Amino acid sequence: MLTIHCPNCGVTAEETEFHAHGEAHLKRFGPGSSEDDFESYLFMRKNPKGVHFERWHHRYGCGKWFHVARCTMTLEVFGSYTGQTSVPPQQIIDTIQDRRPDWVPAQDQA
Amino acid sequence: MKKYSVFAVAREAMRQHSGWDRAWRDAQPKAKYDVIIIGAGGHGLATAYYLGKNFGITNVAILEKGWLGGGNTGRNTTIIRSNYLQDPSAAIYEKSRSLYETMSQDLNYNVMFSPRGVIMLAQTEHEVRGYKRTAHANALQGVKTEFIDAQRVKELCPIMDIDGPRYPVLGGLWQARGGTARHDAVAWGYARACSDMGMDVIQRCEVTGIRQENGKVTGVTTNRGDIGCDKLGMVVAGHSGHLADMAGFRLPIESVALQALVSEPIKPCMDVVVMANTVHGYLSQSDKGEMVIGGGTDGYNNYTQRGSFHHIEETVRALIETFPMLSRLKMLRQWGGIVDVTGDRSPILSKTPVDGIFINCGWGTGGFKAIPGSGWAMAELMAKGRSPLTDAFGLERFTEGRFIDESVAAGVAH
Repeated sequence: MLTIHCPNCGVTAEETEFHAHGEAHLKRFGPGSSEDDFESYLFMRKNPKGVHFERWHHRYGCGKWFHVARCTMTLEVFGSYTGQTSVPPQQIIDTIQDRRPDWVPAQDQA
Repeated sequence: MKKYSVFAVAREAMRQHSGWDRAWRDAQPKAKYDVIIIGAGGHGLATAYYLGKNFGITNVAILEKGWLGGGNTGRNTTIIRSNYLQDPSAAIYEKSRSLYETMSQDLNYNVMFSPRGVIMLAQTEHEVRGYKRTAHANALQGVKTEFIDAQRVKELCPIMDIDGPRYPVLGGLWQARGGTARHDAVAWGYARACSDMGMDVIQRCEVTGIRQENGKVTGVTTNRGDIGCDKLGMVVAGHSGHLADMAGFRLPIESVALQALVSEPIKPCMDVVVMANTVHGYLSQSDKGEMVIGGGTDGYNNYTQRGSFHHIEETVRALIETFPMLSRLKMLRQWGGIVDVTGDRSPILSKTPVDGIFINCGWGTGGFKAIPGSGWAMAELMAKGRSPLTDAFGLERFTEGRFIDESVAAGVAH
């Protein structure tokens, strides 16, 4: 059972109050983009073993969306942050790097 | 390989069972093979077996990072059925179900296939309509199923309460030749047959890299050295994305945990398999007497091979309304497996962007029933470059928008 904090309403609750909606920070490709980009946006997922950024919905609470950083190998929740961003905030990245010194943020990868 | 038979049992009984061989050789990796299959689960071993049996390709290694059949092959609820709506799914699952019928004879290994019949309960009007449609589609596909009324469901499964106030049973889709099999035996039987054909089943051999030259696969790097190959089959279910990443391409796959549980063993009370999709539970009784109960998936990416307890609670809470006697049983044990779910919930059997690499994944929550059919089709795909059974399951369907509109591998009842 995960314990998750909703940054919108400030409630910390068990996972049954929330619903996960998959990988976060996808770059949206719409009409006019290449077929590969559109396919990638719709279906291709990182599905990493380890640090994963994802969108969550406070379904049985305030009803708003936010982001969670979580480890898929240990189920450790590193923290949650606002849904109004397309990159994880520095504070979350620092927390993850503190816990996973080998981990490199996606935007820093070559 | 010594043939297993009643005479062999009698002969060994006379000499304290001293004459049995190992079922498969503990092989050491060679420098090069024609074909390497990554993953010695049911699908990987079946692929290797049919490569040898149907196409005479026996210079094959099957690499397994853990132990044979230790992944989802040993973590499912062993249900076998083929009552699907769409033609491509019905074709490959029915091929699979029909291969299960003779598997014990083919492999000379008792896989305990028990065609006890599968009922998929219709507990809402929508399910009634949906299953009637499936029964008509199955008639056209040559898959023998029928829609039965609630009274017939009660006759087939007397422990069911068909008048439940919240989820009354309105009927069911009945496949009389569906059933169950012994999951470990399927893996062991294929491994024994593969080893007998001269293939190497190599356990505790983890692939750490994939070698390529000019866009063509040349081999793999493992914790037991480099191994060369001409063709590579990736058949690793939940870890497919991880391997694809090594080979330099991405997959439309997300891995989630699916769990199941068994009750304490009780006397025989139910001789069919029942699936209740409305409440996300499925139930059968094992030969040991345990009630085998499958539930839903956790909704988030997960590689831990365990699931959240509240899903068990939800599954059992819903099932005891239809099966009141279950409320008196204790849970014996629970387990989880990592299932690979695709964007359209149907499997992928396909060539990949790398020449010589083939992938078989995305079976999600419905893989066990597909083992022989998937292996048969994958072997044909790898040997000949295409198979009529896999045409609809290519990776390109995600670019072309040609999805298979069926929740074959969804995170619900299977």
